[in-house]
Amino acid sequence: MKRLVDWVDERFPLTATWKQHLSEYYAPKNFNFWYFFGSLALLVLVNQIVTGIFLTMNYKPDANLAFASVEYIMRDVRWGWLIRYMHSTGASMFFIVVYLHMWRGLIYGSGRKPRELIWIFGMLIYVCLMAEAFMGYLLPWGQMSYWGAQVIISLFGALPYVGNALTTWIRGDFVVSDATLNRFFAFHVIAVPLILLCLVVAHLIALHEVGSNNPDGVDIKKHKDPKTGIPLDGIPFHPYYTVKDIVGVVVFLMVFSAVIFFAPGLHGFFLEPNNFIPANPMQTPPAIHPLWYFTPYYAILRAVPNKLMGVILMGCSIVVMFFLPWLDRSPARSIRYKGSIYKLALVVFLVSFFGLAYLGMQEPTPTITMFARIFTVGYFAFYLLMPLYTKMDKAKPVPERVTFHGQSAAGTHLSFEPVAERVAK
Amino acid sequence: MVNDKEVDRGKRRFLIAATSAVGGVATVGVAIPFIASMLPSERAKAAGAPVKFDISKVEPGMLVTVQWRGKPVWVIHRTPQMLATLQLHNNRLRDPNSNEPQQPPYCKNPTRSIKPEYMIAVGICTHLGCVPTYRPDINGAGLPHPWEGGFLCPCHGSLYDLACRVFKDVPAPLNLVVPPHKYLTDTMIKIGEDA
Repeated sequence: MKRLVDWVDERFPLTATWKQHLSEYYAPKNFNFWYFFGSLALLVLVNQIVTGIFLTMNYKPDANLAFASVEYIMRDVRWGWLIRYMHSTGASMFFIVVYLHMWRGLIYGSGRKPRELIWIFGMLIYVCLMAEAFMGYLLPWGQMSYWGAQVIISLFGALPYVGNALTTWIRGDFVVSDATLNRFFAFHVIAVPLILLCLVVAHLIALHEVGSNNPDGVDIKKHKDPKTGIPLDGIPFHPYYTVKDIVGVVVFLMVFSAVIFFAPGLHGFFLEPNNFIPANPMQTPPAIHPLWYFTPYYAILRAVPNKLMGVILMGCSIVVMFFLPWLDRSPARSIRYKGSIYKLALVVFLVSFFGLAYLGMQEPTPTITMFARIFTVGYFAFYLLMPLYTKMDKAKPVPERVTFHGQSAAGTHLSFEPVAERVAK
Repeated sequence: MVNDKEVDRGKRRFLIAATSAVGGVATVGVAIPFIASMLPSERAKAAGAPVKFDISKVEPGMLVTVQWRGKPVWVIHRTPQMLATLQLHNNRLRDPNSNEPQQPPYCKNPTRSIKPEYMIAVGICTHLGCVPTYRPDINGAGLPHPWEGGFLCPCHGSLYDLACRVFKDVPAPLNLVVPPHKYLTDTMIKIGEDA
């Protein structure tokens, strides 16, 4: 075995790669609950790819056959229902996991210097994910698929001059049709996943280049063992965090299975009842709203009385997130050492985001629209005023070393230092 | 090995720039077929082609339905009495001045048409896509009072006037769509294409 590994190592950096990214990748020892979601996102990605491959074996990307082929998968293909529910539930779980992962980045300042590129790659992954979800939703060719796509593609029509030509180009026809379905299938199963995989690799390479942030937002590379050069507050990713992440995977799979087996549609949140009616270009369903993960942005779109401005504002609501690393001017990265103004702003943001998500699912009434406007202001204020309030805010002093339950790790009996040293030797 | 002094850096820069430029042009050139392949195919274009229609066949007060891109398009010949009713109920309409972009700019006028007597509209209710019923009968049965003629959607009771403008307090949010159209001659129209 050793000789085989040596033979490979002379031709391919197998052991070196294993060491660099797992057994000798030193991650801060104070990771908490919020650090489960990166590896879980990877797990869901694998789930989507594997179930997706098996779905394509029976799915037909043809306007006349698509709806029936999905029903065929559900009824006649052995275990087809399970594979499809794993895929449809996986899509929603992907967004849950990614939103929690982004929330972690927000509260611990994970995108702050020197991790700006990790944040940007992550945001690009999020955008790809939205494209993937949107295009995948057209494929079952149900009423919601059809009219959702119709509404979203029409948004591009709001752009001046090029709008109409652009929507025709996206659809490949004057209405959403077979041509649209066929190309969305191509984008959904190959084009976007390829980009997504490249971005995930870039995200991880950038992360492993600068090292992980942690709940204290302190730089663990400042204090290294003089002999080994290993950060005193670092522990090797494998086996410490691989084992920790497996616990997260087990809990996640319990939730995931519960949804798949007991409530695959999750009362219309994960699969909408209207989508069990075949697409009908002559009849709009009673209410069109996107799936839950898009509703905050949809609410922003509807809050603006002007169509073009609504589209622009909705675009800005995503774009503004890219700038997060530069908007935060606080000396502290982590919320643990930030002042009360930041915490207040974060509450405003949370209320606005959940408020918009809820409002985006409701029928627009004047009251709903008024609240959507208030929350839209709250949403943008959180980002755009951040340079001001993070400067005004009074941050607590940031410790030199990571802490454990609020106590400095160095010099306490909870210190993990010997572990890092032992492993290094 | 070439000595640094012997390298003509200007020439090298020029060659790099020239090669990049030619390569760039080639890349754009190759991208064109791929991007163009996503435009509507000839078959899709044929199916969505504009439709010609002779409006002289429509008697005054009558409505004729023409198919365009699989949608019902109405051609209504409005009488002078009908046109006179259009100003009577502006305060009961959601969008009396057609501010919402439900029509081409040349039909953003009180009659929502090129020629006042001929109304061209897509007969699909802006609420849920049902086809409204033509109700020119003044104060007819099953209609609100006063009723000067217009359309009643059988599905959820949305009401439109004879310029296909939606009334207030009905589910439909918008006026009916006026498709792009133009007059080829005095009596021949082409639906689906404007100037």
